[in-house]
Amino acid sequence: MTTTTTTTAGGVKVVKPTVGSHLNDYWGRVRGGDLGTLPAVLGLVVLALIFGIARDTFFSSLNFANLFSQGAQYIFIAMGLVFVLLLGEIDLSAGFASGVCGAIMAILLTNHGWDWYTAIPAAMATGIVIGFVLGFLVAKFGIPSFVVTLAAFLAFQGILLKLLSGGKNISITDSFTLKLANSNLSVSLSWIFAIAAVVIYAGVQLNRVRTRLARGLVTDPIGIVAMRIGVLALIVLVTTALLTQERSINPVLNSVKGVPIVAPIIVVFLVIWTFVLGSTTYGRHVYAVGGNTEAARRAGIPVDRIRISVFVIGSFMASIGGILAVSRANSVDPNTGGSNILLYSVGAAVIGGTSLFGGKGKAINAVIGGAVITVIDNGMGLMGYTAGTKYIVTGLILLVAASVDALARRRAASTGNR
Amino acid sequence: MAATPLLELSGIDKSFGPVQVLHDVGLSVYPGEVTALVGDNGAGKSTLVKCVSGIYTIDSGTVTFDGNPVAVHSPRDASALGIEVVYQDLALCDNLDIVQNMFLGREKKRGIVLDEPTMEQMAGDTLASLSVRTVKSLRQLVASLSGGQRQTVAIAKAVLWNSRVVILDEPTAALGVAQTAQVLELVRRLADNGLGVVLISHNMNDVFAVSDRIAALYLGRMAAQVKTTDVTHSQVVELITAGRSGNIGLPPEKPSDFGGEIVDITPGGEQ
Ligand SMILES: Nc1ncnc2c1ncn2[C@@H]1O[C@H](COP(=O)(O)OP(=O)(O)O)[C@@H](O)[C@H]1O
Ligand SMILES: [Mg+2]
Repeated sequence: MTTTTTTTAGGVKVVKPTVGSHLNDYWGRVRGGDLGTLPAVLGLVVLALIFGIARDTFFSSLNFANLFSQGAQYIFIAMGLVFVLLLGEIDLSAGFASGVCGAIMAILLTNHGWDWYTAIPAAMATGIVIGFVLGFLVAKFGIPSFVVTLAAFLAFQGILLKLLSGGKNISITDSFTLKLANSNLSVSLSWIFAIAAVVIYAGVQLNRVRTRLARGLVTDPIGIVAMRIGVLALIVLVTTALLTQERSINPVLNSVKGVPIVAPIIVVFLVIWTFVLGSTTYGRHVYAVGGNTEAARRAGIPVDRIRISVFVIGSFMASIGGILAVSRANSVDPNTGGSNILLYSVGAAVIGGTSLFGGKGKAINAVIGGAVITVIDNGMGLMGYTAGTKYIVTGLILLVAASVDALARRRAASTGNR
Repeated sequence: MAATPLLELSGIDKSFGPVQVLHDVGLSVYPGEVTALVGDNGAGKSTLVKCVSGIYTIDSGTVTFDGNPVAVHSPRDASALGIEVVYQDLALCDNLDIVQNMFLGREKKRGIVLDEPTMEQMAGDTLASLSVRTVKSLRQLVASLSGGQRQTVAIAKAVLWNSRVVILDEPTAALGVAQTAQVLELVRRLADNGLGVVLISHNMNDVFAVSDRIAALYLGRMAAQVKTTDVTHSQVVELITAGRSGNIGLPPEKPSDFGGEIVDITPGGEQ
């Protein structure tokens, strides 16, 4: 490939980025073992096509809307796990932590008559406390996170049983809490939200190019920026168009349309954590500790505090997953956050491109990986497969994702892209 | 040459439990000069550096910087004085890019947001001042750099902060011939820019190529600090392997105290 050069800060000569060189670079990184979200995106397209062809209900707006509330719990837990995985740690207790937090909320709402605006923060605070304890044990006592969170996995299961007095089911009736996972934005609000999202994204992207150009720095080629904005706009607008269709079986009695409320909640957290990881000192330090702990320590980064904080974020996000799970089920039971939830969530993060070895991962990985997991679960359900088959297939896919991660790492080591 | 040392160590003792690694070590670093710190494996070179940079605390002795006695308790203290270390194992994060690594732990911010353009600007200026004129991109991940380029980033990171003393621990140990030459040139340029440079090396060719002074550590003791022009290649090798050479070095009775231990030390096969 012939390259042209340009000058950047300090007059240093660098390769001039063009659409061609950009794509070439991307391909080079992929071949060098840095696959990012590519396998998950391709997987998502292929799976959607397979299920869409096999069952026309898959692409119905009713089923499409269902995917959001179905996937929300995995996606939230996975977003928290991304932080934990970034340090090369693991949190096996995140599933039951979400169950415990959901139970606390349900008990406060139903048994103690609290309002949603006190019960929900109480559940979130529980998540924060749980994360702090886990992180403290890992960072300060040096117990491997695998062991700490495996112990917590069992203990939280026990706490959940005790909270539910040996296994009773507690229903919630609070209308706000129930709406979170079961209601939709109005059609007009849906469009306002969608258009605002596209406009803000475009604004942020273009503003970055503008400020960098003004400083004489190299920018991403404008073609690539336009492509990013275009792809996002396409996805958001098509999704919104689908979701604003009438999807009630009996529209006269009970009209159902609009973007599910969980979608903007997911987007808000995606934006927050993307900002935190990509644009703050804290996020930079998380990557540094995950990439080379010793280097981070020598750079004066408080490694222990960072380690504790990722567990706090992990359990906090699990608490939100729990709140949404309880909202969706209208109740909490001893299996809320149990069975396959944790493994689906870890699977979501890893399938989405977060490395199990630390140092590599983004919030978006949780969303894309969570979408893959949810589509598999949902699509196979539509095709009439049993839970047994679903678990086996999901297990295999997680294994494939982990192998891709491990092989990519080996390949990176051998091509010098350590 | 410069009359007063920028950094002066004297009487430094350092033990790890029962093992005393440094005995009464003194060292002077002058601005605008490269001081080579040589010694066999295990002589205590890296330990001495870590004492200066605040990773280890010294048991006794004094550190004088710019004529004032100072206490260095943490890497932050050292950076605040303007002492930067390029460690043997580089301390770069492979998953971060060149700019991110150079500013690690000292990021520039606007409000709570990282100020990437400013950091990139400063990184580019610093690389240019070190006569690094071409890279693929300042946003290239460090993982994809060659050994010499990584070393260059590590050095650039050290000089970014208007540092006054830069200590390099075996910067050429893992490099090929061409990259070694580039890094040595860079080391010389640091001194020519007025910094006090300490170069730890095993390689006599490197030492004689760039240094103005040579300090030889022998079993945790400073055997001698001499001008490079006053000694020969073989004298330095003797200082490293025996602690003395002719009338320079540790007094004769000292090495004999160690008896057969001297024989245990692998003699320098490094040239
Ligand atoms: N943290 C430590 N604890 C105990 N002994 C150490 C430690 N660090 C270094 N040493 C010992 O101190 C001696 C000097 O080591 P070092 O400073 O690494 O030597 P050099 O860098 O000159 O090769 C060696 O004998 C080494 O085993
Ligand atoms: Mg050493």
